[in-house]
Amino acid sequence: MNTLQPNLEQSLLNALKSCFGKLDAIENLRPLSGGAVQETWAFEAVAQEQRWPLILRRARGTLRADRAYGISLEGEAALIRAASGESVPVPHVHYVLKPSDQLGDGFIMDLIEGETIPRRILRDASYAVLRQRLAAECGSILAAIHRVRVDGVSGLEARQPRETIERIYQDYLELDAPGPVFELTFRWLFDHMPEDIGELSLIHGDFRNGNLLVGPDHLRSVLDWEGAHYGDPHEDLGYLCMTSWRFGAIDKPVGGFGSREDLYAAYEQAGGVKVDPARAHFWEVAYTLNWGIQCAQMADQFLRGADPSVERGMIGRRRSETELDLLRLLNPGGFNAG
Amino acid sequence: MLDKPTGDDLLLAVLHFLRNEAMPLLDGAAAFKVRVAANALELVHREIKGAGDVEAAEAERLTALLNQNGTIDELNRVLCEAIRSGRMDLSTPGLPEHLWQTTLDKIAIEQPTYATYRSLMVQEKDEVQP
Repeated sequence: MNTLQPNLEQSLLNALKSCFGKLDAIENLRPLSGGAVQETWAFEAVAQEQRWPLILRRARGTLRADRAYGISLEGEAALIRAASGESVPVPHVHYVLKPSDQLGDGFIMDLIEGETIPRRILRDASYAVLRQRLAAECGSILAAIHRVRVDGVSGLEARQPRETIERIYQDYLELDAPGPVFELTFRWLFDHMPEDIGELSLIHGDFRNGNLLVGPDHLRSVLDWEGAHYGDPHEDLGYLCMTSWRFGAIDKPVGGFGSREDLYAAYEQAGGVKVDPARAHFWEVAYTLNWGIQCAQMADQFLRGADPSVERGMIGRRRSETELDLLRLLNPGGFNAG
Repeated sequence: MLDKPTGDDLLLAVLHFLRNEAMPLLDGAAAFKVRVAANALELVHREIKGAGDVEAAEAERLTALLNQNGTIDELNRVLCEAIRSGRMDLSTPGLPEHLWQTTLDKIAIEQPTYATYRSLMVQEKDEVQP
């Protein structure tokens, strides 16, 4: 099974002794499909009568190192621990890898059972009740995330709205794959730039259907914290409503399962700032554009041979989805393709 | 002259093989990768059928809009520069129509199952029908 790294089980066994005491074995080690940037493994730590289902999250190396910015996995572990302190549903982090573990960069946390596949969350009957209240749960969890304060996480940036837009624009210029719809969108964003805010909040940065682990009862865990930064709380609200994250259920703006009204009401009720819908709309536009640029970056990785997989190349051809959504957001009355 | 079956005919045969023979034998990551590969072939099929006409029409619109000649890549860069500098925007006559047509033609080849696109097509059909 584990031909990729024959020593992985032994290395995990050694690393985990410091938090679980004497362990007998690492069993059932298996790779999980997941984000493109990280490697995620599930396994069980076994000691006599006890068995702990755990997750190893670690950097795969080249792709993460290729990125010019972003927080480290060690930082991600610190964020998850801080979020737990504000009652954000996240797994308990047991252990942060050290160089002497020879396991790379990463951490080990509890495995939480549940579903993350968006289309199942949107369509399976077992989540019908959850779907009714999931937008509201997202609202109150986002309010809790935005209260988190954490110091000393390297790479955790603080960005006013203009700085985030300029960052996206830099990415776009560096890619040298211009398109008229993206150009129009940048003009619109610079013309509609929100004012600076006094105190920035912790932003998850990738809070969407797909990164929400749910059970039939509740949202159980918020995943993938690598895009976190201090910024405008409306960023997360707009991002969650992008058409790309509605997975076909486009009439329900919040992740394909709920309404903006439910999201905003729960967010304010749970202590979030008063929601300005125009500001949330700004970020929906901005992050739709950002996702389009990320698709174009993946096309570039494919073309350069950095990731020659069919999947990577095909994501490159999804830029057009964002161009269509951007046209609808910027020129809603303009559709007349007869 | 090349013989038949054409490249496109063979591509469709491979697509059929992947979907109906290979995929049922696989599960997990392998099944996922074959599904992605089949989707890619389907995109290539649509591109072989439609890209020539679509790009020719786009180049023609760009030539008229910008009042100059060039390759489709050059003309698109000129249009981008015009938008970037503020010389053209959504109030420029013909520009919104051009962008909508170009984007719809593109997505019809690249992602015709995308929900936004499908909903617009349904909307258009409803409007056309009496």
